[in-house]
Amino acid sequence: MNVQNAHSAAPQPAAASRMAIADCDIHHSPRDFKMLYPYLEPRWRDHLDQFGMRRRMGNYSGPQYPKSQPDASRRDAWPPGGGRPGSNLDFMRTHHLDANNIELGILTMIRPHPGGFQNVDLSAALCRAINDWQVAEWTQPEPRLKASIVVPYEDAAASVAEIERWAGHRDVVQVLLLSRTVEPLGNRRYWPIYEAAAAAGLPVGIHAFGNGGQPTSSTGWSSFYIEDMVGHAQSCQSLVSSMVLEGIFARVPALRVVLIEAGFGWLPPLAWRLDRNWSRLRAELPHLHRLPSEYIRDHIWLTTQPMEEPEPSAHLRDTIDWIGWDKLLFATDYPHWDYDDPRTAIPLRLSAEEREAFFISNAQALYLRPQGDRPGTPDSVTRTRQKETFMHTTPHGQEMPR
Amino acid sequence: MNIPGAIDCDIHPSIPGLDALLPYMPDTWREIIQIRGIDGLNSISYPARSPLTARPDWSPEKGKPAATLAQIQRECLDPFGSAIAICNCLYGVQLLFSEDMAAAFARAVNGWMAAELLDRDPRLRASIVVPIQNVELAVDEIERCAQDPRFVQVLLLASGDHPLGKRMYWPIYAAAARHKLPIGIHAGSNYHNPPTAVGWPSYYTEDYVAQAQAFQSQLTSLFCEGVFNRYPDLKVVLLESGWTWLPAHLWRLTKYWRGLRMEIPWADRSPADVVRSNVRLSLQPTDAPPDAASLQRIIEHLQSDELLLFSTDYPHWQFDGMAAIPAGLSPALVRKITVDNPRATYARLMELVR
Repeated sequence: MNVQNAHSAAPQPAAASRMAIADCDIHHSPRDFKMLYPYLEPRWRDHLDQFGMRRRMGNYSGPQYPKSQPDASRRDAWPPGGGRPGSNLDFMRTHHLDANNIELGILTMIRPHPGGFQNVDLSAALCRAINDWQVAEWTQPEPRLKASIVVPYEDAAASVAEIERWAGHRDVVQVLLLSRTVEPLGNRRYWPIYEAAAAAGLPVGIHAFGNGGQPTSSTGWSSFYIEDMVGHAQSCQSLVSSMVLEGIFARVPALRVVLIEAGFGWLPPLAWRLDRNWSRLRAELPHLHRLPSEYIRDHIWLTTQPMEEPEPSAHLRDTIDWIGWDKLLFATDYPHWDYDDPRTAIPLRLSAEEREAFFISNAQALYLRPQGDRPGTPDSVTRTRQKETFMHTTPHGQEMPR
Repeated sequence: MNIPGAIDCDIHPSIPGLDALLPYMPDTWREIIQIRGIDGLNSISYPARSPLTARPDWSPEKGKPAATLAQIQRECLDPFGSAIAICNCLYGVQLLFSEDMAAAFARAVNGWMAAELLDRDPRLRASIVVPIQNVELAVDEIERCAQDPRFVQVLLLASGDHPLGKRMYWPIYAAAARHKLPIGIHAGSNYHNPPTAVGWPSYYTEDYVAQAQAFQSQLTSLFCEGVFNRYPDLKVVLLESGWTWLPAHLWRLTKYWRGLRMEIPWADRSPADVVRSNVRLSLQPTDAPPDAASLQRIIEHLQSDELLLFSTDYPHWQFDGMAAIPAGLSPALVRKITVDNPRATYARLMELVR
């Protein structure tokens, strides 16, 4: 949604000279929700058919706030052969990966991310199914793509089991949560997830969105989709405060957190505010040994989309200087409507080192650390697929908001 | 600091105790309070002994901080030399669920402030506490207090039942605009919703830090709902909000306004333009970066010298000694913040301050 590319054409095949980049927020989805069914036990297929997902919100299907575009997507991202944007690997290759010379693409499954479902057993079962599906049907056929495993984050024990199931798998580079949770994410009910992720050498990605059952602001429900979207910056500030002040980074020094699609301009003022108030109120927080801003500096990364667009753009340089050029991870949010085009996303003149860090090397350093080498598909997936017949069905009518 | 004509836009007198309000209530409510054994309306927003609630040298051994005129004069008005100080009373009227009880308490708080403070020191002004639980009763209280020119603003909290841009609240803005009263939105919550969009935090520190996010949500709401399109002369003052978050918030709001304005077609000016014409923020707390050069940068990001209004936030502990104004601001900017900007914001001060 960069202003700069508002009138630009769709991406063209890359010139050979264009640098290879990483895209740290790519949204894939099954063409039809029931394509996940072969990965689910029969009990949960029946459950979904009868009762649906129940997501701590009143809408049986679709989002609480209607989106601005069909499926919240770029109008040119609908695969020519049919299906939702992001549901056809071949089309994603030509339309996005090849066209933008994406060498490393991080898949972030939010369509759906079942982590916040009210029924935690369904949440766990569908997370398992999605993880098996995305490795079998996305990362195995396409080595440029890496998976974030979705976990049933309101049930820490089940999340830990899922993390341990994938630990060391070379296609899996991140544990994925959503930002709007039942309690703030620093709360100790979530700590086992962070401990397991750190033990597995996996960053914890927290993607904006989700439903924790709370109003979307501290002052109740807003009226408009634009408020919902802007409001992710507020939700994410609260979760960062929570993670820092609860002391999870003091407790798990190896923990690395990535905030995805939450913006980043708000982080420096939040860090200043945390430091200032910690100095006054530290009697309440004896478990912190360092300034809040120091924990943030060492443990938090952020993806760049939606890019901040100050006028004048020089102000953006101040902000990135404050955050650190090693902490931002370029992302497009393909195929969504507010996609950032890598050719125009950053309205600054970058040095070669900055460009390298911003577009690829920060992501490589974060996601591609050596972490064992367990190729292929977990045994459990193979077993599941052998038992089940692939089902072609009509659209199920229940899709997650993005 | 001692700047002639300085206007302190945010000080907090404490109601000494429930007994102090009883003379300002009708017999029926006095009786109800007695029969039901109602406690004072003390909010968790500012726990009495929290370091933030009162600076050590403003925290009396007995009694509450800023609870008597003598305390306010000795600790705030005299040393800072302010020509005017605006009292924002944070008694927990908004916590109540009963609309009628809230109206009775709001009326008593305003009556107490007029008689105990405004009548006794000509430097003091006050914001009107309103029972926002019922918009009609809130408008009644505005109409009643607006007859007294020493009430210069309507006081709301940063978190309530609904976002403040919602149309249900517009009669409050109509009344405020009619009487040239800015809407002051102060840090705090009625705690009818969790203090963050992700639930109840464990620590007071999180709650206080989250106040900045509450203000961001309110600014989004006021802009998106079109409050300033309907009331173009209305001023909104964010009190004890912090302000260094404002530039980044406006970047984000502007970006989504560009992408989604079809949803709010009345929003015909950019959020930054609207803020520059209609929104002001109090100086304290200044959640500043650690170095002076960065403070200069964030002030430049504001792209206006008209947004900030001087405040001590007395008796809250935001700074030590007399350092109410962060070091490194230019004399011209200090003059704007302490004198010119408050005078341009509070129409009712123009008639009284020279």
